[in-house]
Amino acid sequence: MKFTVTRGLFAAAALSLSAFAARAQENPECIAPANPGGGWDFTCRQVGKSLQDLGLIDKTMQVVNLAGGGGGVAFAEVVNKRADDNSLIVAASSATATRLAQGAYPGNSMDQVRWLAAIGADYGVIAVSADSGIETLPQLLDTIKADPTSVSVAGGSAVGGWDHLKVLIAASAYGIEDVRSVKYIAFDGGGEAVTQLLAGSVQAFTGDISEAKGFVDSGDIKVIAVLSPERLPGEFADFPTAKEQGVDAIGANWRGFYAPGGMSDEAYDAWVSKIGNLYASDAWKEVMAANGLAPLDLQGAAFQEFVSGSVAQIQTISKDIGIIK
Amino acid sequence: MELLANLGDGFAIALSWQNIGLALLGCFLGTIMGALPGLGPSNGVAILIPLAFTLGLGATPSLILLTSVYYGAMYGGRISSILLNIPGDEPAMMTCLDGHPMAKKGMAGEALSLSGIASFVGAFLATWGLILLAPQLVKIALLFGPAEYFALFALAFMTLGGVSSTNQAKSAFAAALGLGLATIGVDTQTGVPRFTFGEVHLYDGLDFLVAIVGLFALSEVFIFLETRHGGSDAAGRKLTIGKLYPPVSMIRRTTPTMLRTSFLGFIAGVLPGAGASLGSFISYSMEKKLVDKEGTFGTGDPRGVAAPEAGNNAAAGGALVPMLALGVPGSGTTAVLLAVLLALNITPGPLLFSQNPDVVWGLIAALFIANFMLLAMNIPMVGLFTRVLMIPSRILMPIVAMVSFVGIYGISGSTFDLLVMIGFGVMGWVLRKLDVPLVPIILGTLLGNSMENNLRRAVTIDNGNWWTLIDSPLSIALWAIAIIGFVLPLIVGARVKAKMHQRRDEEGAISD
Repeated sequence: MKFTVTRGLFAAAALSLSAFAARAQENPECIAPANPGGGWDFTCRQVGKSLQDLGLIDKTMQVVNLAGGGGGVAFAEVVNKRADDNSLIVAASSATATRLAQGAYPGNSMDQVRWLAAIGADYGVIAVSADSGIETLPQLLDTIKADPTSVSVAGGSAVGGWDHLKVLIAASAYGIEDVRSVKYIAFDGGGEAVTQLLAGSVQAFTGDISEAKGFVDSGDIKVIAVLSPERLPGEFADFPTAKEQGVDAIGANWRGFYAPGGMSDEAYDAWVSKIGNLYASDAWKEVMAANGLAPLDLQGAAFQEFVSGSVAQIQTISKDIGIIK
Repeated sequence: MELLANLGDGFAIALSWQNIGLALLGCFLGTIMGALPGLGPSNGVAILIPLAFTLGLGATPSLILLTSVYYGAMYGGRISSILLNIPGDEPAMMTCLDGHPMAKKGMAGEALSLSGIASFVGAFLATWGLILLAPQLVKIALLFGPAEYFALFALAFMTLGGVSSTNQAKSAFAAALGLGLATIGVDTQTGVPRFTFGEVHLYDGLDFLVAIVGLFALSEVFIFLETRHGGSDAAGRKLTIGKLYPPVSMIRRTTPTMLRTSFLGFIAGVLPGAGASLGSFISYSMEKKLVDKEGTFGTGDPRGVAAPEAGNNAAAGGALVPMLALGVPGSGTTAVLLAVLLALNITPGPLLFSQNPDVVWGLIAALFIANFMLLAMNIPMVGLFTRVLMIPSRILMPIVAMVSFVGIYGISGSTFDLLVMIGFGVMGWVLRKLDVPLVPIILGTLLGNSMENNLRRAVTIDNGNWWTLIDSPLSIALWAIAIIGFVLPLIVGARVKAKMHQRRDEEGAISD
């Protein structure tokens, strides 16, 4: 008797797994092109939950984690195998645009999919630890200019990734000729990078506001510049922008979605309006406020245009710093 | 006093019927997920997130459900390690080394219940550590810069000789193989793909879950297929379960081991990026260095079962410290929990304890409750799990194969991973024939990337100066332990072994 139970357990577990895979076909589905826990995963889950809370979709959004290749596996899967799936959306961000711009998804380009809408942007920040002698962005950039080896800047993305590009955008806007001399140390995510700033291993941090927020509140680090066009609303209003300090640099990590390239116009319009309604709702404004997301109101064609502009800009910077030829 | 009052409030929150029910459900599901090869704690937690959301649970109940799954999976991982010699998840790898030999000796019941107790001790102490030390422990994490992390990983690999008892050279070869496999994928420092051959599936490197299931589970199936005709293996499979409760003397003998390794595991868990696998690994090899005078580790020594289990469960508790106090996950599973917290509008970080005390203390109380439930669940249910052994191999092995394939496909949804898994299965089969230990391979792939990245970070920060690696008292201390751990067994080991042979001869003479 007892061992039929054990066998049953194995079978039940196996069955529930396969049921998991099969059910995904008919329901609204969101691919998070990374393992659970990251920004893309958050985008899918949070949007899925809010869409359901608001009654915009009747069934639970199925979140599928399809990690690999920094989003490249998911991109290839959507282009090659799911090209006309009308119930599928995929989480994307500046990182997706960066990799597309740098040709890091082999054989894929941004016009193979349809870009749906943005759900907000996370503006870049440059921060130093609370006890650092540096108070302003020009001061930090002067130090780097005088002796690039004296300042290590930590960020959560690889060399050539978005966190790195942000600090380079600021450096080149300030007139540092050889941006390649800026010493950038890549960590596994913004959290680890901030920790190393606190530990004193590095002197500055480049990342998103959401990654830095908890440590700013506790007084462990100070934000010396936000890379936004003007000061952010609410509790972030105290942070000076780079622009007002005379460094004309803007870096927004947008978050949004793309859909398969063969999605029907009806389905595309339906998704665009759903995400647009979500974006306009008060509930989403609360989510954005709680997570340090700044407004970025772009849907449908406008978003498509925005992404292609952003891809072109990243291509230019990447050529300047020699990441692509 | 304030602490007790806080804890009291926590229990008041956690002891509602709903929360107790959720903890029970979480513990049960977690144990099963942990026991199934391929499904580990991080997948287990990820799979249950939609459940928590669709039930419309608040922050505290969701966390109670998900952390119970987490603790449950840490308990469950040992079951398949001991019974099948296939680790249920990465941290349970070290439990194979002594757990399976114990089962082969007919002590499966004892091994399971002893490891259940060790898991309990580790998790229980770690939860206290979490309460008492969370704010202070954050400072330990801050002592570790890239150079110190590198020294820590070096320490782990230099004491590797302790892991495989048979042949140092073969385990060194296995570790090198693992480190080599770890270099596959996009280099996170420069973004350059290495050994990917333009295959986008390889950009993120090899998934070590795929490697583990292939190396351990599939190679087991291949070995079975190969020996199917001979009656020898069928006879070997007939294991007796033995007693379901370990004798008091065994518990007494393993108590110091459990206490020491709980502490070590907890510290490993607190360090972001080290995690439970390193916790159980260091616990086992340190304990072997410390108490294995007779060379019985690896042959079914109860202390070799207690050490990694106490270590990895303590690390699970430890990993919650940086997650809650810094917002930096100490392991894969806590990364998932972190995402859940964010989705529930709670920002972990230095202010969490003052801003959301109900969440923190409710969670801590739930951890205590889950821990006692798991102990209660695991000891009597050991009988149930050991029945797995009674299933004849010809039925069990196809189930193992099926669970491996379904499990891996269910996680990644990619047929490429299945091919990689089969490749690892074949490799595991060949390596077993050559008597090369499999555990160091996994450790190499698991820790290789962090080790390399930290080395490069340290050297880059100091502008190419390699002396930075021994620049702080902490890293010097770590290097010293590493070197002693590496050299001492070579000198002393030879002498002890000689003595041992002598004694064995004498004993042999007497017993004959």
